[in-house]
Amino acid sequence: MTINEIQDELIEEFELFDDWEGKYEYIIDLGKKLPKLADKYKTEENIIKGCQSIVWLNAYMKDKKLIFEADSEAIIVRGLVSMLLKVLSGHTPQEILKADLYFINQVGLSSHLAQTRSNGLASMVKQMKAYALAFQTIEENK
Amino acid sequence: MLVENRKDKVKMLDIEKIRADFPILDEKINGKDLVYFDNAATTQKPLPVLNALANYYGHYNANIHRGIHHLAEKATTAFEASRKTIQKFLNAKYPEEIIFTYGTTDGINLVAQSYGRAFLKAGDEIIISTLEHHSNIVPWQMLCEQNGCVLKVIPINDKGELILDEYEKLLSERTKFVSVVHVSNALGTINPVKYIIEKAHEVGAKVLIDGAQATSHLNIDVQDLDTDFYVFSAHKLYGPTGMGALYGKKEILEAMPPYRGGGEMIKEVTFEKTTYNELPYKFEAGTPNIADVIAVKTAIEYLQELGKENVAAYENELLAYATEQLSKIEGLKIIGQAKDKVSVISFVLEGIHPQDVGVILDQQGIAVRTGHHCTQPLMKRFGIPGTSRASFAVYNTKDEIDKLVKGIEKVKKMVL
Repeated sequence: MTINEIQDELIEEFELFDDWEGKYEYIIDLGKKLPKLADKYKTEENIIKGCQSIVWLNAYMKDKKLIFEADSEAIIVRGLVSMLLKVLSGHTPQEILKADLYFINQVGLSSHLAQTRSNGLASMVKQMKAYALAFQTIEENK
Repeated sequence: MLVENRKDKVKMLDIEKIRADFPILDEKINGKDLVYFDNAATTQKPLPVLNALANYYGHYNANIHRGIHHLAEKATTAFEASRKTIQKFLNAKYPEEIIFTYGTTDGINLVAQSYGRAFLKAGDEIIISTLEHHSNIVPWQMLCEQNGCVLKVIPINDKGELILDEYEKLLSERTKFVSVVHVSNALGTINPVKYIIEKAHEVGAKVLIDGAQATSHLNIDVQDLDTDFYVFSAHKLYGPTGMGALYGKKEILEAMPPYRGGGEMIKEVTFEKTTYNELPYKFEAGTPNIADVIAVKTAIEYLQELGKENVAAYENELLAYATEQLSKIEGLKIIGQAKDKVSVISFVLEGIHPQDVGVILDQQGIAVRTGHHCTQPLMKRFGIPGTSRASFAVYNTKDEIDKLVKGIEKVKKMVL
């Protein structure tokens, strides 16, 4: 599936919820299901520091696709992280760089990307794109 | 606003009437009535304060001190009247002992950079405490880097109280400055500042008290405390943001060099040599925050009309009720159980990150603060990443505390 197809699927899933509780229970559930990041990747360099909870992000290339793994201390952030991984992980650096993450707005979670939330999600998207750019440059120089 | 007498001279406040003075309390958040429990971060502003701001901009906005026209005179008079109100509010001896700042942080930086750089030297010791907000840590660390001073820290016990024996052990002839918070923003602990000041003076050290969290709850008498400096912010006192004051003893302020250069702080400027204005203007370079300075007078008068002791009595009632109700929640631990506390409750929920608590309470219209509260060393002391903090002001109610309790139960149900 393309990045946009995955986004559209997520938007459809969220349309099923008519109140905040259902939506957040779903996000929390995603957070609980997200596989734990191995301790060896929970390093200082992999930390995307928001004001409130720590997010770790690890990235590597596999078959020309960029793979992300991430984790957080807070369960809702874990759920949001899980959604970002679902959308962006496993695509080529070029696709990731071009991606417009419209699903965040459409599922009503844009406040989580606002600076005031300080949960590092905006920084996480930025960091994912930075990885994509770095890996793209490496691939081009091969 | 006061309706009936109680036996102990404390008057019962008409909270519904007070709530009507705060238009923001009618806001709906995520479709729910706002429950505002983030008062230690900033309090809401009553109508008279909002009107004072609008009235200034609508009727007599002008730059102060230099103008000779009518509006400038009117603005200057209102501006200086605020200084006198703050002088009385803190019981300072002279109005020129009140320096307008942008807030508590600004006041601490002013003292660290002006007094600190002029009078402290390498090897001199500065004492702070584990309870400090970053704004009463970092300015001193910056000074230490600049002139080689050494920072010492008073430890706390598990209840979140300063260990005074340890403080006294830190004091020596090397101690030149003590800068301690009056009331902890993260835990609500009220520190015995009078005793701290007395002990510091015994070794000849000067003292600054960070009153950011104290002025809305406690009576402040800088002469009785005999403190050398006292700083606070208006926005935690039902006043506007971006405005605060530094109190300093006149003879000390006079000996201190200016901190910022610019207009208003000068007597005469030539390219060879500039002479400086007298107190308090020496420390007030540039066009000040005129509107907010004027409005803080209204905020203080509002609080004084309610009566600080009445407000304190009511807030203590809320604190006692909230402590009792929150303690009943399984897995909830209150961080900071000092004997003397203001109406602040910091807590952690077993197995739940504070951020999750904050997000889910927010969905229910309840505003609390979550995180480290700009007190990372203090959080480290308790071995936690942060807490959730509910802080109460005069317009809060027991009904709202019940909503918080229900809200926390919902957090547990959803996350665990």
